[in-house]
Amino acid sequence: MIGSVDFENWSCPVPLRDTPQVVMGHGGGGAMSGELVEHLFLPAYGSAAAPGDLGDCAVVPAGGARIAFSTDSYVVKPMFFPGGSIGDLAVNGTVNDLAMAGATPLYLSVAFILQEGTALADVGRVAHAMGAAARAAGVRLVTGDTKVVDNGSGDGVYLNTAGVGLVADGVDIGPPRATPGDAVLISGDIGVHGVAVLSCREGLEFGTTVSSDTAPLHRLVAAMLATGADVHVLRDPTRGGVAASLNEIARTARVGVELTERDLPIPAAVADACSLLGLDPLQVANEGKLLAFVPADRADAVLAAMRDHPHGAGARRIGTCVAEHPGMVVARTALGGTRVVSMPIGEQLPRIC
Amino acid sequence: MCLAVPGRIVSVADVDGTLMADIDFGGVRKNVCLEYVPDAAAGEYVIVHVGFAIQRLDEVSARQTLADFERLGILEEEFGDGWTQAARQVGADR
Amino acid sequence: MKYLDEFGDPDLARKLVEQIHAVTTRPWAMMEVCGGQTHSIIRHGIDQLLPEGVEMIHGPGCPVCVTPLETVDKALAIAAQPGVIFCSFGDMLRVPGSGQDLFGVKSAGGDVRVVYSPLDALTVARENPDRQVVFFGIGFETTAPANAMAVHQARRLGVRNFSVLVSHVLVPPAIAAIMESPSCRVQAFLAAGHVCSVMGTAEYPQLAEKYGVPIVVTGFEPLDILEGIRQTIVQLETGRHDLRNAYPRAVRPEGNLPAMAMLREVFEVTDRTWRGIGTIPDSGWRLARRYREYDAEHRFDVGGIRTAEPAVCRSGEVLQGLVKPHECPAFGKQCTPRNPLGATMVSSEGACAAYYAYRRLDLVPAS
Repeated sequence: MIGSVDFENWSCPVPLRDTPQVVMGHGGGGAMSGELVEHLFLPAYGSAAAPGDLGDCAVVPAGGARIAFSTDSYVVKPMFFPGGSIGDLAVNGTVNDLAMAGATPLYLSVAFILQEGTALADVGRVAHAMGAAARAAGVRLVTGDTKVVDNGSGDGVYLNTAGVGLVADGVDIGPPRATPGDAVLISGDIGVHGVAVLSCREGLEFGTTVSSDTAPLHRLVAAMLATGADVHVLRDPTRGGVAASLNEIARTARVGVELTERDLPIPAAVADACSLLGLDPLQVANEGKLLAFVPADRADAVLAAMRDHPHGAGARRIGTCVAEHPGMVVARTALGGTRVVSMPIGEQLPRIC
Repeated sequence: MCLAVPGRIVSVADVDGTLMADIDFGGVRKNVCLEYVPDAAAGEYVIVHVGFAIQRLDEVSARQTLADFERLGILEEEFGDGWTQAARQVGADR
Repeated sequence: MKYLDEFGDPDLARKLVEQIHAVTTRPWAMMEVCGGQTHSIIRHGIDQLLPEGVEMIHGPGCPVCVTPLETVDKALAIAAQPGVIFCSFGDMLRVPGSGQDLFGVKSAGGDVRVVYSPLDALTVARENPDRQVVFFGIGFETTAPANAMAVHQARRLGVRNFSVLVSHVLVPPAIAAIMESPSCRVQAFLAAGHVCSVMGTAEYPQLAEKYGVPIVVTGFEPLDILEGIRQTIVQLETGRHDLRNAYPRAVRPEGNLPAMAMLREVFEVTDRTWRGIGTIPDSGWRLARRYREYDAEHRFDVGGIRTAEPAVCRSGEVLQGLVKPHECPAFGKQCTPRNPLGATMVSSEGACAAYYAYRRLDLVPAS
């Protein structure tokens, strides 16, 4: 059936035949998700796939313009959490994937997969949230679809949004452009969204003041580009957190990244929740945040522009792109030691040890 | 093993015959079983592991330890002998 | 967080490091027993700051790593049974048994759930009276009181559809077994701070005396670990072998009396096979006879399990401190956190995982 997949000559040390079934880790945004794409999907698509790695957003030529095209599915549980809902994520997430390519987001499609038995009032709340988020972002919801599945507990809304936008001439933003010497910037506090969602996940409930930071970032990006700086890379560190995003960029561009732990903006409430559960804040999901690689001599100007914008108020430099240890992200600890910031494996789980 | 973190008791209540506490971990709040430190009261700090308070945190001792760390090196300068000082600190001269 | 952040202060850490260098005149090898301490040492780069010749040997203090293979296989067998809700701490979900792990069981349709506390599993049982709820009760002495309470409450509240698969391991017999090993290089121990929060320090002076090794009860934050190391080296340099408490804010000599009373009530000592090490007599706890009805091993038929450890995995030698993770031929090749061959690579604090996560930079040849 999947005849073009060569099980014998993979470079990955972990043949897929070890897990003949899909496991939760495949959706975690970490190494396992990447392997699924690299070793199962891409070989299967063959020449039908555009060159590249099926990244977050494709920029493709069409009718003389450059169109940015992205899709994302949202399966977050619980559906409603402090600061937002699956509806906000579905709109902002795809808007942001387009924005990370430097595109102006224009139109979204919305596909609902509803579990039989879900309360219509809940579906309505999600839809309202989507409408509000779309208006706030200045995008239109132009086409959609609805399906119902008869799956067990009946408390699920799964959403897919796809989006298109336009990329202006001369804008070329993407991981391959990461260059040794670049300053690595973050637009604000990290770990916020992940902690907000975890705090109401069944089995873990804990009280926190942390609210999801979901937000559309295309106007922040526009402000950054308006400085005239040649922004090399933009990435919103969603599933897998800052660790996953930086590892992916490092691997794609064959560069190294060095972070300074002391410079990471981790709010106390996030640090405390991570301490309690044994999580690494660098691996916790973010929503309304972006990472940027910019030429070092433009870093200050870009930071100033970010801080002037409501979604970049907490922007800071957290590290540097380097030529050493390509593909690896390293952090200098507060004590002066170094540690490798690993690619998260699958799902982040709370630990007891 | 044993990821256990310190937290401050906000309130104590009996739930189904079990002593439970609402604990503040610097902003994160969690409900924790207090059966193993039953005389701990609101305002006190405990160490929490997998949803259970396993020991009181002795604040006086904590402050003392930090003060000892602060004084490290200073005493060496005063007494000029890191050896004796270190040995004294581990009670080796007792 | 109060009483946490202060113990990571970089300036105080520097002072402690300077003191360690000032008192060290010879090479020493010490073992930190607890996996949480291993994690902290490597994550903060503490071992990089120590004097040349001071070696931290990573001990078998990760309950995830040492849970017997047969017990993991029993867990997998129980979790796969229809009608069972299998609850576990997150750490155990990726531990490989002879064939697969709990994630694999989940993907095949098993109802496997992560819980933060054993009492959450009991709540699941009360909310699902028509299902059998089983809790995977692993851990060292630190976790045992929590697991014991779940069983005790189940009896008190008359919850019949709840049982626990118990596999506790104890630190003092492990220390003895390590010192009895002919290839042992350990000259001192950093004892596990939170184990002693529960059990007190009474079991350790006779070990220090018998084997002539300093034992320093040590915490987990950077300053705690550095202080534990400092006190240990001072003892080694002055030829002493005493029990000392470097974590007094959380450890009292008498331990936690109500917790220890519950442990005596609910558990009894048993021989335990430590994965990768072997059977250590009287090194574990199982449910006491009077609680047999809550013992998942009795409630479920899990006989006839044939265990098979992958031959190339050297977790056992790593756990005993005989081999460093990167000296194992499979490290980073067949065995990675993504596809662990052995439990030391699975647990976030297993020595191999800690090395893989934090140390690969040093081990990568300069390009």
